[in-house]
Amino acid sequence: MENLADLARIELSLEEKQEIFKDMKGILEYVKVIEGVQVDDIKSEYNLQNIWREDETIPRDFSHELIVEQFPAAQDGFLKVKKIL
Amino acid sequence: MIDLKNLTIEKAHESLKKGVFTCRELAEEYLKVIKEKNKELNAYLEVYDDVLKQADEAQKKFTDGTATELTGIPFAVKDNILIKGRIASAGSKILENYKASYDAAVIKDLKKAGAVFLGRTNMDEFAMGSSTQTSAYGVTRNPLDLERVPGGSSGGSAAALAGNLTLAAIGTETCGSVREPSAFCGLVGLKPTYGAVSRQGIIAMGNSLDQVSPFGKCVRDAEIIFNLLSRYDSEDSTSAPDVLRNPNNKKNAKKIGVPWHLFKEGVDPSVQENFKQSLEKFKGAGYEIVDIELLHAKYSLAVYYIIMPAEVSTNLSRFDGIRYGYHSDGKDLLEVYKKSRAKGFGKEARRRILLGTYVLSHGYYDAYYNKAIKVREKIREEVMKAFESVDYILTPTAPMTAFKIGEKMDDPVAMYLCDIFSAPANLSGVPSIALPSGKNKEGMPFSIQFMAPHFREDLLFEVGKKFEEIREK
Repeated sequence: MENLADLARIELSLEEKQEIFKDMKGILEYVKVIEGVQVDDIKSEYNLQNIWREDETIPRDFSHELIVEQFPAAQDGFLKVKKIL
Repeated sequence: MIDLKNLTIEKAHESLKKGVFTCRELAEEYLKVIKEKNKELNAYLEVYDDVLKQADEAQKKFTDGTATELTGIPFAVKDNILIKGRIASAGSKILENYKASYDAAVIKDLKKAGAVFLGRTNMDEFAMGSSTQTSAYGVTRNPLDLERVPGGSSGGSAAALAGNLTLAAIGTETCGSVREPSAFCGLVGLKPTYGAVSRQGIIAMGNSLDQVSPFGKCVRDAEIIFNLLSRYDSEDSTSAPDVLRNPNNKKNAKKIGVPWHLFKEGVDPSVQENFKQSLEKFKGAGYEIVDIELLHAKYSLAVYYIIMPAEVSTNLSRFDGIRYGYHSDGKDLLEVYKKSRAKGFGKEARRRILLGTYVLSHGYYDAYYNKAIKVREKIREEVMKAFESVDYILTPTAPMTAFKIGEKMDDPVAMYLCDIFSAPANLSGVPSIALPSGKNKEGMPFSIQFMAPHFREDLLFEVGKKFEEIREK
């Protein structure tokens, strides 16, 4: 649980970890039935195709102001983040 | 006074066209009901302040002759569909103040048609739930019985429509999130073919499963909305191009397959009984009913609860407290992530993120995720094979009728089982429609659900309308 919470970048209290652990055990118990399912080679690629597009500039109606407005911290129209190095 | 209870999109359109009432008058009627009832139902999280202005704009289309069927029709929009400049919180605290910077593709289409958005509706947090009880903004109540849930996750839209707080409503489906609330509120709910309606501008939960889905008070209402929204969109890479949307027009589709083995157990006896009665009605109307076996379909929900959390954990990693949404300060970037996500996400979201992280982690990936992908493909093959011999697959929509508020909240698996019959359609991508099929002693609705082959929504509307004719007999 410790490791999972770390990987998922969520801080959890001991109590929350215990609770989620209990719930997950129940859910994993339920989904475990698929372990016993025999599946031979499946052609999972069928009907699938790559969707490509040209790398070109297309005008969008994104609002720059609205995007900047959403930043929890901004400076001079840029997103402000904590020092990384 | 407009008779809202019996109003349909077609009737409203006729009246607007003839000038029996104006778009503004229609919107005002709904705003009145909202004012009266929304406090106890909690269907809308926000009612927009420009509704009448939108209605006046729509009215102009009637004056200049550009009005279409959805012009001036009031809509309730689920809180995970972006409307530019409006808050879209997905029922989560982490997006409490998030204002969309663009319109979702479906919103663009509806705006062009002149639809009037009344407000955004409550939902389970990030659409994770079957009863609209996991929303950060409180539970939504079922307008047919305030002690009961409206179903979920699109419970706010369902409650708004069933309670006459709107004339039309849209939600989203990942696994039953429109069909199950339709069942609980006595509505029609259509889950379109995966790829039929654009997902652009929808706050994603499970990308390989999500579809914007219309509700309707009748089949025709859902059909009108679907027909407008169903189109190829180059901005959604999973949107189906036109060449894939050419159903072979098989006339006289009258063969219904029933996979009885899937609901021998775990289904409320009254639901079972209602299902049998509905079958009899179809028999009486000249439909052929045959038993079919879908051997892998019984694993659908298990497969879903591996694939969906995997996609959830990936999708929701973007909510990091940095670019938008809830922000909690910390000593470094990592601590900001961890604290923001801890405080911003509710219990169910955290549970699914962790579960998804687990099934995708090294050492478990093959046993869970990879296996689930294979079984999913098996289910899809099986469903497609079934459609070689039948036109429809019929099951109950949900194993029970609307339950009491508070129920199933401490047992996730019991809650997940509400969607046991929904999963095959989402996993295989085929369209499915939920249809009201009567009421129980307490007045709560029953519902049956049809599936049809990919892009055969037309068949679902056809059989749905037939059922509306024979249902009361």
